[in-house]
Amino acid sequence: MSAPAIRLARRRAADIVFKAFCLVVTIVALAALTAILWSLLSQGLGGLDLDVFTRSTPAPGSKGGLANAIAGSVMMCALAMVLALFVGVLAGTWLAEYAGRSAYGAVVRFLNDMLLSAPSILVGLFVYEILVAPFHGFSGFAGAVALALLAVPVIVRTTEDVLSLQAATLREAGVALGAPYSFVVRQILWRSARSGLLTGALLAFARISGETAPLLFTALNNQFFSLNLTHPTASLPVVIFNFALSAYDDWRRLAWAGALLIAATVLAVTIVARIVAREPKRS
Amino acid sequence: MNTLNPAVDEFETSIADVDRADVRVDVRNLNFFYGKIHALKNVSLPFARNKATALIGPSGCGKSTLLRTLNRMYALYPGQRAEGEILLDGENVLAPGVDLARLRARVGMVFQKPTPFPMTIYDNVAFGVRLYEKLSRADMDARVEEALTRAALWDEVKDKLRGPGLGLSGGQQQRLCVARGVAVRPEVLLLDEPTSALDPISSARLEETIMQLKADHTIVIVTHNLGQAARVSDYTGFMYLGEMVEFGSTDSLFTSPATQKTSDYITGRFG
Repeated sequence: MSAPAIRLARRRAADIVFKAFCLVVTIVALAALTAILWSLLSQGLGGLDLDVFTRSTPAPGSKGGLANAIAGSVMMCALAMVLALFVGVLAGTWLAEYAGRSAYGAVVRFLNDMLLSAPSILVGLFVYEILVAPFHGFSGFAGAVALALLAVPVIVRTTEDVLSLQAATLREAGVALGAPYSFVVRQILWRSARSGLLTGALLAFARISGETAPLLFTALNNQFFSLNLTHPTASLPVVIFNFALSAYDDWRRLAWAGALLIAATVLAVTIVARIVAREPKRS
Repeated sequence: MNTLNPAVDEFETSIADVDRADVRVDVRNLNFFYGKIHALKNVSLPFARNKATALIGPSGCGKSTLLRTLNRMYALYPGQRAEGEILLDGENVLAPGVDLARLRARVGMVFQKPTPFPMTIYDNVAFGVRLYEKLSRADMDARVEEALTRAALWDEVKDKLRGPGLGLSGGQQQRLCVARGVAVRPEVLLLDEPTSALDPISSARLEETIMQLKADHTIVIVTHNLGQAARVSDYTGFMYLGEMVEFGSTDSLFTSPATQKTSDYITGRFG
């Protein structure tokens, strides 16, 4: 074979090897995901019944469900998302639209990235120090704040990123009509970036919905049904944590059911949000 | 004024072509800087009331920069600054303390690429109007129809005003941007290569629109298309390396250019 032909053959071989490698790695990653989902479904579906939604966590051996934990998780996650969206979208908008290359902006960006990778248990301890210890009591509010602290950096980052992707001409077009810049940001840029903003919110929600560590020191747990966030509040992750490690089969079954509920909720919220925020089709 | 420019004599004469009383925007000794880069050098020219003035010249000569000083669009970006005077009806728009939002409502702009907002066709057109006027429902409907009609888009979109502006074709989107611009009734309309992203048929329609808009607006159009400049404009300014090399009536500039540089450019020898 001539030299160019050998080179060509070598390149073809390298191409095939690379593609095969990518394929294998993808299969490995998907296999792990499938295994997780499969065990969730096979173990969790058996534990899912009406009692799960209507009864609170039982003593070992008696009938019960997860109603208190579901209510607590829904309230704390909802409150956390409201807080985090408010702070995160505004901070991300400031970084993208107003901070520019200022030193202050660079510092905020850097700190946000640190917060993004902060261990969640540290966030829990921090909130314990400022919201639990001084008030001598665990509370759902403290839990929501801890979750919000985990969601904020995700939202800040995605908000800044998606706003930076919006065309400069879109900003100029708004400004050229005589609109104040803040108005252009709210009425045009946010709207134009809404599917990206939504992605950020969903990422944040997915992250906090399964967080256990920040709730252990803040919301603690509550074996009774309660809608009062000033008291210790039950949550699905903490109940899963407690029940999954227990020696009782019925508790372990409830833990699996709770894990399945979290996964199903994240999936459902993602699908619904995607449909709601779908870009308008060309007519 | 500018001793480096051999065309100064002719330039001064041709400015005199525009009757002083008809000057809507008067640019005087304008210098512009992108940081340390001196992008416009002592540019002076008038823009006549209800006429179209074309700015031509090779890429990077400063025509878009000149356009963006007229509504102070450059003020969005730190490090960009203009010196000199731009008189809009006698008032210097470069002066500190000028209300930029008001200025931009008086001096509208259409960009190279269509930039419809992510909202309905109706809301796109009403966007600028709502900023400064409280109109009744019926008045707003009328204003939207008027603007779309003047941008030659009404017949194509009258049945889908509640549809998304982004759902239109490129040429329609650009005319939507023109409609959005004229809806606020600006005195001056700046067009930055408005047809460069459009197909020939859409371009021709937009050119017709521009001719009609002259009745109510002072138009400044930056274009790389010399044919377009010749067709739509009454006056033309030829720029090169940040200087206004020649300015005059479009007829005279294209038929008997005063400088060799202009002649070379319009005959396609460079640029």
